[in-house]
Amino acid sequence: MDFFSGIEELRAGLAKREVTATELADLSLRRIAALDDRVHAFLRVSANRDHRVANMDNPAAVTAAANKPAAGAANTPAGARMLDGIPYALKDNMCTQGIETTCGSRILQGYIPPYSATAVERLNAAGAVLMGKLNMDEFAMGSSTENSGFFSTRNPWDLERVPGGSSGGAAAAVAAGMVPFALGSDTGGSIRQPAAFCGVVGLKPSYGLVSRYGLVAFASSLDQIGPLTHSVADAAIVLQAIAGRDRRDSTSADIQPPDYRAALTGDVRGLRIGIASEYFGPSVEVGVRETVTKAIALLEQLGATVSSVSLPATEYALAAYYLIAPAEASSNLARYDGVRYGLRAGAAENLLDMYEKTRSSGFGPEVKRRILIGTYALSAGYYDAYYKRAQQVRTLIRQDFSNAFASVDVIVSPTAPTTAFRLGEKVQDPLTMYLSDICTIPVNMAGLPAISVPCGMIAGLPVGLQLIGRMFDEETLLRVAHAYEQAAGMAPLRPDLAGEVEV
Amino acid sequence: MAALETVIGLEVHVELGTKTKIFCSCAVAFGAPPNSRVCPVCMGSPGALPVLNEQALALGIRAALALGCSVPAQSKFDRKNYFYPDSPKAYQISQYDEPIGQHGFIEIEIAGEKKRIGVTRVHLEEDAGKLSHSPYGEASFVDLNRVGIPLLEIVSEPDLRSAEEARLYLEEIRSILQYCLVSECKMEEGSLRCDANISLRPMGQREFGTKTEIKNMNSFRNVQRGLEYEQARQAGLLARGERVVQQTLRWDEATGATLAMRSKEDAHDYRYFPDPDLPRFALSAAYIAARSQEIPELPAKRRERFEREYGLPAYDAGVLTASRGLAEFFEQTAQRVRDPKTASNWIMGELLAHLKAATLEIAEIQVTPFALAELISLIEDGTISAKIAKTLLKDMLDSGKDAKTLIAEQGLVQISDEGELREIALRVLAANSKSVDDYRAGKEKALGALIGQVMKETRGKANPQIVNRVIVQLITDKG
Repeated sequence: MDFFSGIEELRAGLAKREVTATELADLSLRRIAALDDRVHAFLRVSANRDHRVANMDNPAAVTAAANKPAAGAANTPAGARMLDGIPYALKDNMCTQGIETTCGSRILQGYIPPYSATAVERLNAAGAVLMGKLNMDEFAMGSSTENSGFFSTRNPWDLERVPGGSSGGAAAAVAAGMVPFALGSDTGGSIRQPAAFCGVVGLKPSYGLVSRYGLVAFASSLDQIGPLTHSVADAAIVLQAIAGRDRRDSTSADIQPPDYRAALTGDVRGLRIGIASEYFGPSVEVGVRETVTKAIALLEQLGATVSSVSLPATEYALAAYYLIAPAEASSNLARYDGVRYGLRAGAAENLLDMYEKTRSSGFGPEVKRRILIGTYALSAGYYDAYYKRAQQVRTLIRQDFSNAFASVDVIVSPTAPTTAFRLGEKVQDPLTMYLSDICTIPVNMAGLPAISVPCGMIAGLPVGLQLIGRMFDEETLLRVAHAYEQAAGMAPLRPDLAGEVEV
Repeated sequence: MAALETVIGLEVHVELGTKTKIFCSCAVAFGAPPNSRVCPVCMGSPGALPVLNEQALALGIRAALALGCSVPAQSKFDRKNYFYPDSPKAYQISQYDEPIGQHGFIEIEIAGEKKRIGVTRVHLEEDAGKLSHSPYGEASFVDLNRVGIPLLEIVSEPDLRSAEEARLYLEEIRSILQYCLVSECKMEEGSLRCDANISLRPMGQREFGTKTEIKNMNSFRNVQRGLEYEQARQAGLLARGERVVQQTLRWDEATGATLAMRSKEDAHDYRYFPDPDLPRFALSAAYIAARSQEIPELPAKRRERFEREYGLPAYDAGVLTASRGLAEFFEQTAQRVRDPKTASNWIMGELLAHLKAATLEIAEIQVTPFALAELISLIEDGTISAKIAKTLLKDMLDSGKDAKTLIAEQGLVQISDEGELREIALRVLAANSKSVDDYRAGKEKALGALIGQVMKETRGKANPQIVNRVIVQLITDKG
């Protein structure tokens, strides 16, 4: 038994007492110990064995979480303890009470949140066991995890390549079998693109389905928490545990989540699939295009029909995103000023000097670049030309999708235009890096749900298939992704890492 | 040089009387130890999110309607970005281009004339923290208890033409908001704050002169004083042919002068944008109508009604309607006595003097309108004299006992029994034959001395009218 076998099998093993929750936690710790020296997925491990940030350990967290659910975690659907004893890890931008949360940034080094994110509380209530906090691009700004303020995470399929980003630590930890699942966050593709690069399933729920309370904000109107797993069924289980209304998040939707597992019927007969030529443009590598085209053909064989749809505003999506997201970020990140928590630069002559020195030394170059762009976009005299205009583009993107979904049930595209690139390959060229998210960004701009599932390999590297659904129609999305996954028969993907550990 | 016209506009902030803060559930409490009324939301902890307090919204809409504003069908919150340690998120959640109220007005009365003052807009926002600075200069301290207390900002049109008008406008705003139970509006405690813009221009000119902004005027009196000072300062500059510099000034109460704080060049670009954490909200017609229902009769209306219904002089009506509590106290008293003017006299005289001396609010005293009405009735039916009633009211205010209890305890019932008074009068006349002779000789004053003696004998309880009649009768009969 290992973490590739899926949450249901692990739960069955626990139920039959073939394995205990402590053994599963121990397996996780042993795999992390065996593999993470090479993968570098974890910033912090919730036990003494941690090898990087020793003083930030919280061994009590493992036992505490395993033993009892967090008090007051409400609204967990039927089968409340559906993750009882299942280890998991968190992208380090989700607050964990008493456990350091850095958002991958030096400026938050040493920050211990006074509360836990709603998604974390709900996982605790469902019985899941937190194993550690995962590396990420600083403040979730990046597509390779090379923008982490601490170190770069490696792709388990090729340690010279990036895992994608910004949830690169989450994708790599799941792909390497260190945990059965992880939570990431997705602002412009930060769950789906690393999931594609690492050969795992990554789900970005509809905006408002999962509470953002306790998710350190990057771009508030775009951010959404979601699972990274080995299978679509696992994604459905984890989504069930974290979805639903939270009064502490005013943007959380007032809907009762359906039973997502029940949607996994394997039947896609009569399903209408839309193909948008805008997602198969010249930036998409030929191999990726071919792999995705084959995946679409398989869905047709299963009884789905394919037609083309038009999403003309797509070409403006990237530009609009790089105004809206930095604008919100420039305001969201203003609070990191050294006054209350995290880094404070010493030897400041006055308040302004303290602000400048703290922020200059605490933020990395990509974060600074986006704060500058965002500050500029909101400045007097430029607001109408940039921020307001970008919001108008956003409306057009929403309308495009709305028109398309009048005639199709899901839209299918590559998740990313390429497979995982080499470490350092795009660091010096931010604009090329930004293009990694060209297929995923429009989805966030419209608030829609989307999932990336592995659909093949090119030269030993996974390729991701993106399925985009209607607002709050995660059921259709999961049903199609699951049917494809079962028919394709390639999940779960196992990278060949020496030093395998099993129970 | 042509005569100058003063142009003033006020920016008023009032704290809304909610139990909890505007975007979190921390209690609104004064005098708590620093940073004890805080949570991740109002401390701006990473990941925390605001949730609008519905009571704050309801009070804000009620106030907007009471100030004659039109309320839109929907509205939103914006972020006002600035770096300062009093703002833990480095932005204030406020409202920029879609305030909850616009195009309102209130009326003030100046020199017997009604004048309409426009209210440009009212909007909701959160308060900032408090900074204090170490006396040794090595540190500053931040108290975040005040962060997130709901504020209503009320911006007037530049319709005010004198410092006195500004004070009257501010007092009327206070009355209206107190009547609506929107805010306590205590300027000295900071639940009502006022900044002013003031400029001068030649009479008849349409364009505004260069303005200055005055801050830190922390009482109604200081608003008038500060503006009078600044008006004179600007007039002096212009008379000498100098220019007014656009700047922000601080009123210094101690020196009675305005001091420069910052010039226009330091003006911030707040980079307002819609707060993505707070969705746009709808204000349905039914919701607005319900808030409208909550507005009681406002002071201006009540003033007119008091004059009409109770026959009060304009001055009395003005004083008695200054606060809702006082107006209701008067009305409940007046409805229980024969002459409403007597009630007005007692309240405006004895009661207000007591409130002022003890710095109390009308709601805080031990005497109820029923008790005061009873006291007045006891004078009206001759049970006690007005003089005794004054002493009694003092005792009532101190002890909380009603008049009848005190009268019984102290044996203060007025002696109106003619036989009893006649006996006392006979004794007094016998002992004061000189005064009797004087009176007979035509010295009217002597009668007063004789009555005074009877009052003294009875420790003030004798009914003075009867005593008067009895003495005159006795002297005349004997004569």
